[in-house]
Amino acid sequence: MTTGLGATLVRAGRRLLSSLPALFGVLVFTFLLMRVLPGDPAVFFASGPNAGKEEIEQIRKQMGLNKPVPEQLVYYLSDIGHGNLGRSMMTGQPVLKDLRERLPASLELTFTALLIALIAAVPLGVVAALRPGSAIDHGVRLFCALGVCVPTFVSGLLLIYVFYYLLGLAPDPTGRIDVFTSLPPSRTGFLSIDFLLAGDVEGWWAACRQLMLPAVSMALFVIAPLARITRASMLVSLGSDFVRTARSVGLSWYKVVVTYALRNAILPVITIAGIVFSTMLGANVLVEKVFSWPGVASYALDALLSSDYAPVQGFVLLMASLFVLVNLVVDICYGIADPRVSIE
Amino acid sequence: MSEVLLSIDGLHVTFSTRRGMVEAVRGVTLSVEKGEMLGLVGESGSGKSVTGFATTRLLDPAGRVTGGKILFRGQDVTKLRGDDLRHLQGAAMSMIFQNPRAALNPIRGIGLQIADAILTHKKISKDAARAEALDLLRAVQIRDPEARMNAYPHELSGGMCQRVMIAIAISCNPALLIADEPTTGLDVTTQKVVMDLLADIAAARGMATILITHDLGLAARYCRRIAVMERGRIVEEASPKTLFSMPQHAYTRRLVAASPTATSRIEDLVTEEEREGVVAVAGRPRTEVAHGTPPLLEVRKLAKRFDKGSAAVADFSMTMTGGESVGLVGESGSGKSTTSRMICRLIDPSEGDIVFDGQSIGHIASRDFHHSPLRKDIQMVFQDPNESLNPRYTAFDCIAHPLMRLGGMRPGDALRKRVDECAERVGLPLDLLPRFPHQLSGGQKARVGIARAIACRPRLLVLDEPTAALDVSVQAVVLQLLDRLRRENDIALLFVSHDLNVVRMLCDRTIVLRNGGIVEQGESRALFDNPKTDYTRKLVEAIPHIDTGPVLAAAL
Repeated sequence: MTTGLGATLVRAGRRLLSSLPALFGVLVFTFLLMRVLPGDPAVFFASGPNAGKEEIEQIRKQMGLNKPVPEQLVYYLSDIGHGNLGRSMMTGQPVLKDLRERLPASLELTFTALLIALIAAVPLGVVAALRPGSAIDHGVRLFCALGVCVPTFVSGLLLIYVFYYLLGLAPDPTGRIDVFTSLPPSRTGFLSIDFLLAGDVEGWWAACRQLMLPAVSMALFVIAPLARITRASMLVSLGSDFVRTARSVGLSWYKVVVTYALRNAILPVITIAGIVFSTMLGANVLVEKVFSWPGVASYALDALLSSDYAPVQGFVLLMASLFVLVNLVVDICYGIADPRVSIE
Repeated sequence: MSEVLLSIDGLHVTFSTRRGMVEAVRGVTLSVEKGEMLGLVGESGSGKSVTGFATTRLLDPAGRVTGGKILFRGQDVTKLRGDDLRHLQGAAMSMIFQNPRAALNPIRGIGLQIADAILTHKKISKDAARAEALDLLRAVQIRDPEARMNAYPHELSGGMCQRVMIAIAISCNPALLIADEPTTGLDVTTQKVVMDLLADIAAARGMATILITHDLGLAARYCRRIAVMERGRIVEEASPKTLFSMPQHAYTRRLVAASPTATSRIEDLVTEEEREGVVAVAGRPRTEVAHGTPPLLEVRKLAKRFDKGSAAVADFSMTMTGGESVGLVGESGSGKSTTSRMICRLIDPSEGDIVFDGQSIGHIASRDFHHSPLRKDIQMVFQDPNESLNPRYTAFDCIAHPLMRLGGMRPGDALRKRVDECAERVGLPLDLLPRFPHQLSGGQKARVGIARAIACRPRLLVLDEPTAALDVSVQAVVLQLLDRLRRENDIALLFVSHDLNVVRMLCDRTIVLRNGGIVEQGESRALFDNPKTDYTRKLVEAIPHIDTGPVLAAAL
């Protein structure tokens, strides 16, 4: 087992190294893309529409935009090398600080959403696979289709309408926490965990309530791929020779379905969950907007709209790194779950 | 000993498919006595496995028992539910399967898998179950069982996996074991070891066994009674001796004739009635090669090393003259397929040279060899007729493709004529040409594969286990076809196979490979009758010989 784990770690390390060139490519590409996109940040950040040419020129100089693009790139890369992602013109703060403040909010939301999605999708997929072609199977398919068809902002608004407006079960859908609640000392950045660490159960409950609606509307969208892949791989697993062997010696239903079939079927689900997670993190800007969630995606969108170069570049770099990291974690999980992988 | 353990009475099994109901088993009646080993023999689609699955209640959801009774110790198996059923499975009867590696859970240690089976039927602690699992691994003669307890199936060989499967099946001392093609896909030597082990265990534990197999020789070696199945019915049931000396049913006669034995010749493989069409050509003698003719193929000190590890093939030399047939035999991993692919120029040798018709071709990179004018002279027939045909090409396209690529022919009358010729040559009815591979039977697909290979009139045909996936009766016809092609068209055959009986019939000379090196070579008959090395002797002895079967069976 130790050798298997060791081999997995070695493989993960090699993966990490081989992804560095890709990260560098992302860096340069985003930089150039931002320069090509129409819109002059200097004009945008000048004092007003009446700002004189001189003022704009000065801002330009201040931002280093008057230098040729290759030179700008070199400066940019050297800054990155020193851990400096630049300063946001919008917030006036270093991008690194902004991202560090907002990333936990996005991560907390996405993790919760993924967890909800997995908790719902895996049993749905299993149930559908156990009775293919039955009413349950069709019901699951319909549910998944609806989840995919309805855009997240629509389902989000719908959830707000039902649970906040009609039933009054959910709190005011703005932000991570009620403005009047005193915040716990920030340790992990995940509010729910910080509240628990501070021993504030009431605050924890408030944070969780706040988190529920956006997480569910995010989860609804990704239940479909997860449930479908669970169903498909469970069908293969249930029809496999080793499940027949398990049945042939009379193993209990639970042992056959869970220990033999599901554990094998879950392997592709791990891969898909990794992809889904990376997508959710960046792409669910709509949910963040609808629920006024102070996450990185809405931050990047605002920056993009105002031609604020540094935050957008910082965001893309962050997403790329996270993508690499998530794939790495998926790889390690896979190596632990499947003993065959480590020998390849 | 005469106590009846299992009696199947008028069993009918029906599968619901897209094309409606298909009856797979139509009225099978048979009985198994306590401690007896019964052979259930038939070709693919005969319903032998379905009968086994119905008995152990492992039928696919699409299959249903529509009639008849399966009485096990007087209890009707088909009516069992819930706990009674679970007690039956494993504790009273169990099953081992073809393809042992797939039959084991790939991500669970084998020790745990055996313990799972034990814990289902015995109320003992996990440690005790583990200890029992270890004992079982010893019982099935797995070396170093303590270390293997935590091994995963992919770390074990096929033979080892089948032993683990046997350990699982016997873990709760069932009274009946159903072995469904337990050794198909294993080497002859491994087959013998596994079957001997199975027979020993069955005898020691007084366990009745049903051996389901397509191999008459295997059944004859280990069973006292054999039931022959054809299209869902049992057509004949007898002792191996009577079955081979006086087969009653026409189908049995055909099956017995088609099963290659130590003494059979290619002409003997089909019964008298079927032979009429072919007999005229079979008698034509081979033209003797004049002394001093340069060889067609000369292989010198060929070697192949893959990225890491030892050489797959080392120091392999051979020569072949035109129209000669040479067999290449050995266990899996002996390097026979690698060698044949190097000669076909599908992979590059690491060392050595291949001279074909006076030209050195060993140094032409395999990916450029399709430009060589010699490409059409060396053609290949692959093992699996299903996998080696493009599913989106019709039979016609398959045969026409090499003619257009290598022969430079254009679509038109000439091409159609040549394709028809090839199809006729291999006995493929012309009205099958527009069909796609999935619309053809295994034997028909094999013929398409051969027609494609001979389309460009090659001088050397390399065949990699061309009949391994075929039923014996189809194999017989294909072998006859190959032999005829060799005699009439003077095509040299390099025949790679693990089936020594087939090689003995078809090949003038045989080369025995082991671990990438030549162990022994010589004229086929002499080599098999008087093997000079222990390895060859072991290989030859491991083949189930039909004529010696009853003697061995009596000794068990």
